[in-house]
Amino acid sequence: MATFPDLAPALPEIFLACASMALLMIGVFRGEGSLRLVSWLTVASFIATGFLLLQGPEGRNVTFNGLFVSDSFGTFAKLLILIASSLAVILSVNYLEKERVARFEYPVLIALATLGMLAMVSANDLISLYVGLELQSLALYVIAAFKRDVAKSTEAGLKYFVLGALSSGLLLYGSSLVYGFAGTTSFDKLAAVLEGGASVGVVIGMVFVAAGLAFKISAVPFHMWTPDVYEGAPTSVTAFFAVAPKVAAITLFIRVLVGPFGDLAMQWQQVIQFCAGASMIIGALGAIQQKNIKRLMAYSSIGHIGYALVGLSAGSQEGVRGVLIYMAIYLAMNVGVFAVILSMRQSGRAVEEVADLAGLSKTHPMLAFAMAVFMWSLAGVPPAAGFWGKWAVFLPAIQAGLYPLAIVGVIASGISCFYYLRVIKAMYFDDVTEPLDRPTPTAGFVVAGAALFVFPVYIVFLSPITSGAAAAAAALFGAR
Amino acid sequence: MEFGSIGLAHYLTLSAILFTIGVFGIFLNRKNVIVILMSVEMILLAVNINLVSFSVYLNDLVGQIFTMFILTVAAAEAAIGLAILVVYFRNRGTIAVEDINMMKG
Repeated sequence: MATFPDLAPALPEIFLACASMALLMIGVFRGEGSLRLVSWLTVASFIATGFLLLQGPEGRNVTFNGLFVSDSFGTFAKLLILIASSLAVILSVNYLEKERVARFEYPVLIALATLGMLAMVSANDLISLYVGLELQSLALYVIAAFKRDVAKSTEAGLKYFVLGALSSGLLLYGSSLVYGFAGTTSFDKLAAVLEGGASVGVVIGMVFVAAGLAFKISAVPFHMWTPDVYEGAPTSVTAFFAVAPKVAAITLFIRVLVGPFGDLAMQWQQVIQFCAGASMIIGALGAIQQKNIKRLMAYSSIGHIGYALVGLSAGSQEGVRGVLIYMAIYLAMNVGVFAVILSMRQSGRAVEEVADLAGLSKTHPMLAFAMAVFMWSLAGVPPAAGFWGKWAVFLPAIQAGLYPLAIVGVIASGISCFYYLRVIKAMYFDDVTEPLDRPTPTAGFVVAGAALFVFPVYIVFLSPITSGAAAAAAALFGAR
Repeated sequence: MEFGSIGLAHYLTLSAILFTIGVFGIFLNRKNVIVILMSVEMILLAVNINLVSFSVYLNDLVGQIFTMFILTVAAAEAAIGLAILVVYFRNRGTIAVEDINMMKG
């Protein structure tokens, strides 16, 4: 007789699932003009989910017959995801109203995508991994095409859909091989089965699974959709894409590689090292000739995923800790940059060229200064937070003896300075062509908050983030 | 295994062939997005054949349960894909693959 599963470890997800259904009903019954209400309620439910997460049971809890796990690794990632999603919703409201696409489905879709992300971060079985990943992806396909009257947005949605569906196919084919040759889909059982080495079938399956997940984090051989989708999707959607799904997918990637496939580290480390090196180089070189700032940020995000993977390719507990610290800092930098990009409007019309930032230091000195701080931080120049993120991922790599990868990283980081500095040059040394409009107060607050975090305040937060990430990495490695 | 009977290897080969045709259908196809959607379905069905044959071979039900999940999600995925395709067609008046080129770089 089957027993009723313990719901306590999954309470945040259950709450968010119910909340998003309720939000959908509120939107439907209030009809047009309910965007603001539904958005703020969505943010409120994210905050409530965060509280439930922090109140949740201590330690590692497995429920639903081993399909679902809650541990401090998951909690750390979920908090980052919830923060990123809340900020994305907060930044979107004004943008959607100005672009005349103020429909309540938007926050509901973000809530559903976030639910999918939370579920996939907590996956402890290939089946729950797939279902969580698809819940996230299906919602993201729809919001990429959210401006349904604009050809570029629908094209972005179509491209994202086709390549996303292909990546799900690769992931599933890999899962089926792993299931067939190892005889189980549960991560815990897989880890036990693979302890004494694996058959060729399992290794091929693992490579397919890794390829499918590499698509979702846009690591290099599978990055080609990123620039097009980032450029075509509405800017508020790009702001969301650049942060929350990346954090979710990379934590899932870590969980899969370190958990069930931890004993195959020799096999996957080489693949990850290649992806990391190639992502850093393509991210640095691809961005050089970009004029569109969203496209530039797409290549920048490819490069940053490369830096994060450097930490993972070390395969050590410190490496995973480094990735988590990196993603936390990456979140703050990217939210800030996209808050600035969302404020780029000339007489009410959204603009997205780097050249449109010309002379920003004369018209909006504070905004320009904040953007300059983000660019320094993204480039990894020492006093800013981005440097410490890179420090946290490169140190374990060097300890693991990955000198070539570290050298590639430093060179790529040097090249990427070029295009980050180009943005600063446009803001500080070019003449004003047409001044930007005043940013909305919410965008101003987010920019100011993120800028303060990235430059001086992170020092205060560095020790809680580091200890949280260390506890998370220890939980992941302790469970093996 | 006696000569002529169908074993696990046959199913795996069939599924690998279908999977490869699906992947090539996405990359080599230059005509129509609908063909891409069909290729995606083919990839998913190849996976299902794999899972069901492994499930029978291992005498373990998990593979068949996984297949049920894939079938359900594939239905949702096809619905969303067609919906995006419809809005795309309204904007551009074409669904030829070579016309999906507004953004390049």
